[in-house]
Amino acid sequence: MASSSRLLALTLAGAAVVATAGCAPQDENPTPVVTAPPSCAKDSLPTRTPGKLTIATDQPAYEPWFSDDKPDNGEGFESAVAYAVAEKLGYARADVTWVRVKFDTAIAPGPKDFDFDINQFSITEERKQAVDFSAPYYLVRQTVIALKSSKIAGRTSLADLRDARLGAQVGTTSYQAITDVIKPAAKPQVYNSNDDAKKALQNGQLDGLVVDLPTAFYITGAEITDAEIVGQVPQVGTPEAFGLLLDKNSPLTSCVTGAVGQLTSAGTLKELEQKWLAQVAGAAELR
Amino acid sequence: MTLLDHVPSEAQLRRSAYRRRQTVYSVLVAASSTAALGTLLVIAVTGAPGWDRVRRSFLDPEIARDALPTVLSGLWLNVRLLVCCAAGALLLGLVIAVLRTLRGPVFFPVRALAAGYTYTFRGLPLIIVLYLLTLGVPGLRLQGMPPVLVLGGIALVLTYGGYLAEVFRAGIESVHSSQLAAARSLGLTHRQTMRHVVLPQAVRRVAPPLLNDVVALQKDVGLVSLAGPIDAVRAAQIATAQTFNYTPYIVAGVLFVLLAIPLIAVTDWVTLRAARRQSGG
Repeated sequence: MASSSRLLALTLAGAAVVATAGCAPQDENPTPVVTAPPSCAKDSLPTRTPGKLTIATDQPAYEPWFSDDKPDNGEGFESAVAYAVAEKLGYARADVTWVRVKFDTAIAPGPKDFDFDINQFSITEERKQAVDFSAPYYLVRQTVIALKSSKIAGRTSLADLRDARLGAQVGTTSYQAITDVIKPAAKPQVYNSNDDAKKALQNGQLDGLVVDLPTAFYITGAEITDAEIVGQVPQVGTPEAFGLLLDKNSPLTSCVTGAVGQLTSAGTLKELEQKWLAQVAGAAELR
Repeated sequence: MTLLDHVPSEAQLRRSAYRRRQTVYSVLVAASSTAALGTLLVIAVTGAPGWDRVRRSFLDPEIARDALPTVLSGLWLNVRLLVCCAAGALLLGLVIAVLRTLRGPVFFPVRALAAGYTYTFRGLPLIIVLYLLTLGVPGLRLQGMPPVLVLGGIALVLTYGGYLAEVFRAGIESVHSSQLAAARSLGLTHRQTMRHVVLPQAVRRVAPPLLNDVVALQKDVGLVSLAGPIDAVRAAQIATAQTFNYTPYIVAGVLFVLLAIPLIAVTDWVTLRAARRQSGG
């Protein structure tokens, strides 16, 4: 009888597992559509102040997205992108006014004090319920960071990383970047969180850690200051995308998206990325 | 005690025949009730409105096939760790238990240390011990730091050694004091008494709970994955993250059960044998 009651318990446990599994997440793959704007002439644009463009970002605005916490100096990647978009819409530098809006306030539903906000907003379905997003102006890249004393510090090519012990957080594009792009000889180390991985990096248990570029800036700039960015890995997986944030159902959304689309196809965004993220911030491309 | 020419009586033969019939009967009843319940469960689960969705996300044969090689290579890590850690924890547990049962005021510090060890490591959550050893200790940046797998193994041995020590101690203390007195009166030293009289009986008595702890250890060795290495469950997690399908977890689960079955069977057999021997039946 003992064995049959165990069988029963196993079957019940199996049934319980199956019963609780009803809410499996679904693969959602938001691909913003770039549409041609109908009429986006400066005079017909219903901005907050006619003839002026009000752009928002957080305070403080961090490097390398902005420079010296001064969004109006046109320096830093996002400041440059904001002015490029403004120019495409027909606004001169003098027509642009900056306001400061907290990140959380910006993504919350409610009236906005800006025409658009640029502050590394990832485009997500959840946020789209409350606000509008333009087409992505930046696709988040994966980067390798290492301690300055690490053997891979200063290496410049993907092939140079084949002998490195690399790590990443489980279930991330960063892990995919290791297995699909870098393909090191040693099995990658996988961690529950980036915090565990950072500890291993500090301990010297890892030669390099793969994280996305914004995280890499934060880690090397604020958390592990004796670490540096080795370089950016070519695009992999489904990247996180940053979009300009607008009020829900803003009449400007299609025009702003159109401007971003033009900047993408003209290669302007790529140039700005090179200028402000790769060169100034030291996140060179690994090839 | 000459059982060789023992001839069972009529009554004894009738009794055994009756017992045999009862056994067959109860097996039949058990089989049919299990079958009935199984059928009910299958109908209840497959008849549920979300069953198709659940089957797609948990029981996709193609995804299972794709995930199997990586999960298996992860399982190999679990197996190697299990063998090493089980041996280490059994040995450590036995040593600690013996130290805790030393008599005499001279040994008070040893007893106190051993008791402190079992209190600490039975109380400390395994994850915390693992974090301390695999991410904390390497932070000391000492020369000749062992690889993370060895450190993780030490964390497992320390934690499970605490449980096993208490099981061993219970076994040692279950040996009646008259046995000790008899052994000492025969002129055996304390050490000889332990080795030839107490420990053989103690270990035999606590074999089932010891093996039970080893089965539990089998599931916990995979926790070293939090320090980086990819075990079977982590491999399944990675495959799940890539496919948005939970089938790899089921694959890992089935492999774990298959791995546990021999161990559980041995445990049951040992338990049964011990029970028979003790009741003299």
